[in-house]
Amino acid sequence: MPSRVLYCHCAFAQAVPRPVKQDVLRALTDRGDDFDAVADLCEMSARKDPALKEFAACESLTLVACYPRALRWLFSAAGAPLDEAKVRVLNMRAATAEQIVAGLDGAELDTPDAEPVR
Amino acid sequence: MSASITARSPLLVVLYEGAGAMPLDGETRFEITRALLEKGYRIITTRAGRRGATPGERQVLVLGRFTGAPPGEAVAGTGAAVHFRSLDGVAPADVVALVEGVGGDAQTQKPGGWKPWFPVIDYSRCTNCMQCLSFCLFDVYGVSKDKQIEVQRQTNCKTDCPACSRVCPEVAILFPKYKAGPINGDEVNAADLEREKMKVDISALLGGDIYAALRQRSQHASSRFARERDDQRALEERKKCLAKLQAALDIPAEVMNALPTADAIRAKAEKVSEEPA
Repeated sequence: MPSRVLYCHCAFAQAVPRPVKQDVLRALTDRGDDFDAVADLCEMSARKDPALKEFAACESLTLVACYPRALRWLFSAAGAPLDEAKVRVLNMRAATAEQIVAGLDGAELDTPDAEPVR
Repeated sequence: MSASITARSPLLVVLYEGAGAMPLDGETRFEITRALLEKGYRIITTRAGRRGATPGERQVLVLGRFTGAPPGEAVAGTGAAVHFRSLDGVAPADVVALVEGVGGDAQTQKPGGWKPWFPVIDYSRCTNCMQCLSFCLFDVYGVSKDKQIEVQRQTNCKTDCPACSRVCPEVAILFPKYKAGPINGDEVNAADLEREKMKVDISALLGGDIYAALRQRSQHASSRFARERDDQRALEERKKCLAKLQAALDIPAEVMNALPTADAIRAKAEKVSEEPA
């Protein structure tokens, strides 16, 4: 499986600040690059959505979502454990939209948000 | 798992801009994607086309400004039914209705409809002490065949109630949508662990003796107030006591009011421990 960017809209709660997710989504759509977007990873985890296994199997995955620890165990709960060596997390709850976009461009973030999943 | 959520994937939407389709402008792409996400759909925005399939995938809808016949290269390798809909002449605001029409036609599962609030266990911290299982009023937790605690009925969880994470002595229970760390998944730091030492006391209070504690405090207040012949003040004192506990644990009032008795909690824990592996 090739490298992928997966954006979570956290659609069913206000956990991620709305301006941050709107700005990040706008940046992703402006770029025109391929990406995956899901309404809510929590909901997918609860459903044990098979798509989570597909994402977990990617050679390289950039998760644009929330805290790495939450993501690790949400995927695990769905039977789709993440390989920390292959996953990078950009945390929209802890970083600004500008920081997230810079992270998408490959910048190393100086915040806990870009930590590997562990 | 509750009947209200199933393992079946809802309709997958592919926003296709590759060969055989015209590109969309950024604003249109944004408006369509945002609107569909707000409705709970999963979307792939792609120029390369969708390759492969998610196991169990049943319905794929390809949206695009197609220049001719629906391009087969938009989706390959899926066993799902593939639908094509042109975006020509369709305003971004009308795309949701277009997709819902296909979803309805294809009898796919409707996305969304439930706020996904439920606990997630951090097994790197969990010691399998079963306090969460004993404490939870709504049977969210269960045990696996090998006696491992697990979250089994997510939709039973009371929205916005993080009570079980409050009684966990290991900070091992997350609610990813909770407002603050470490319950929201933020890293656990030394100060959090320090608070856990206090939490054990709270756990003991809630797990076994909350009514006794309340009664004791109430009786103490009552005797004092009896002397003062002031029932109203005694009632206020009781209310304050409950409110203080509720605020300290961030527990919804209806959950607080439904706390089980110590006997009920013990019985539940014993029942689980006696069940055959």
